[in-house]
Amino acid sequence: MTDFIMNPWPWYVAGPLITMVMFLQLYLGKKLGVSSNFQTMCSAAGAHRIADYFRIDLKAKIWGIVFIIGIILGGFISARYLSYDHRVELNPKTETALSQLGFEQVGTSHVPPEIYDLRGGKNFKGIAILLIGGILVGFGARYANGCTSGHAISGTANLQIPSFIALAGFFIGGLVMVYFILPLIF
Amino acid sequence: MKYLKFLFTGVLFGIVLAKSEVFSWYRIYEMFRFQSFHMYGVMGSAMLLSMLMIWWLKKRKQKTVYGTEISFNEYKKGIIPYLMGGIIYGLGWGLSGACPGPIYVMIGYGYFAIIIVLFGALLGTLLYGILRSKLPH
Repeated sequence: MTDFIMNPWPWYVAGPLITMVMFLQLYLGKKLGVSSNFQTMCSAAGAHRIADYFRIDLKAKIWGIVFIIGIILGGFISARYLSYDHRVELNPKTETALSQLGFEQVGTSHVPPEIYDLRGGKNFKGIAILLIGGILVGFGARYANGCTSGHAISGTANLQIPSFIALAGFFIGGLVMVYFILPLIF
Repeated sequence: MKYLKFLFTGVLFGIVLAKSEVFSWYRIYEMFRFQSFHMYGVMGSAMLLSMLMIWWLKKRKQKTVYGTEISFNEYKKGIIPYLMGGIIYGLGWGLSGACPGPIYVMIGYGYFAIIIVLFGALLGTLLYGILRSKLPH
C-alpha cells in the first residue's frame, strides 16, 4: 500500500480522482478550472485600469485563488511526503528522441534541466523558452476561454462543442511545437 | 473559513496532478509524440467518467450543497476563438510543458523556474485583455 502511494500513480487512479475533484467543485457550487485565475491576478494587480476585460468582481474570485494555493500545497506535499524519488519512467523511444535532440539526463526529474535549470544565470535559452511558453499559454487559455481542466476535461464532459474544438486546437498547437518547432530550437 | 473547502479540493487536485506526473515536461512531450498511453488514460478516463457523472447529476436534478442549481461548464457557440486560442495554447503547452494547473504544482514541488512561465502567462493574459476587442471572436 505504501509503495502504491509513494510510486507514481497510474492513469486509472488519477483519472477517476480528477472526476472526484470535479464532483466536489460542482457540489460546492463552483467549476473545475484554473486559467481564469490569470485574469483575477491581472485584475488584482491593477490591469482594470488598462482594459475592461479586467473589470471583474474580485471578491467572487477569491475561491479560485484559495484553490490554486491548495494546488501549490498539494505539489509540496507530493514532493516532500508522497514520493520516493522524482524520476519519470518514459518510453525508451521518447528518451532516444530527446537524446538525439541533445537533451541529457532525460527523466531524472520531471523537467529537463536544459530548459528549467536556471542556476548560474546563463541559461538564456531556458528563460526565453519559459517566458514565451508562458505568454502563449496565458494568451491562448484566455482567448479560448479555458485550459486543459476547463475545456479538455470539464467542457467535453458536458458535451460542449466549443470544448472539443479547443481540445483539437490544443493538439494542433502541441503537435506543431513538438514535431516542427522544438527540433529547430534544439 | 468559507473558502477552506477550496483549499482542500485544491490540495487534492494538486496531489493528483503531481502523483500522476502530468505536470512533467517529459510526459507532455511523450504524449504529443504518441509514445505513451498514460496522458490519454488520465485525461480520457477523467473525461468519460465526468460525462457519466454530469449525466447522473442532471438526471437526478442534483443541487449544490447550498440547494442552488449546479452550473456546468457552458460556452458560447463559435469556432475561431476556441480554435485559434486552442492552437496558441497548445504551442505554449508543448514548449513549456506546463498548463495552468501544473504551473502551481511545480511551484509547490520546488521547480521554481516555473515562476517565469507564470509571469509569462500573466503577460499573455494582459495582452489578450488589451487586444480583445481587435481579435476575431
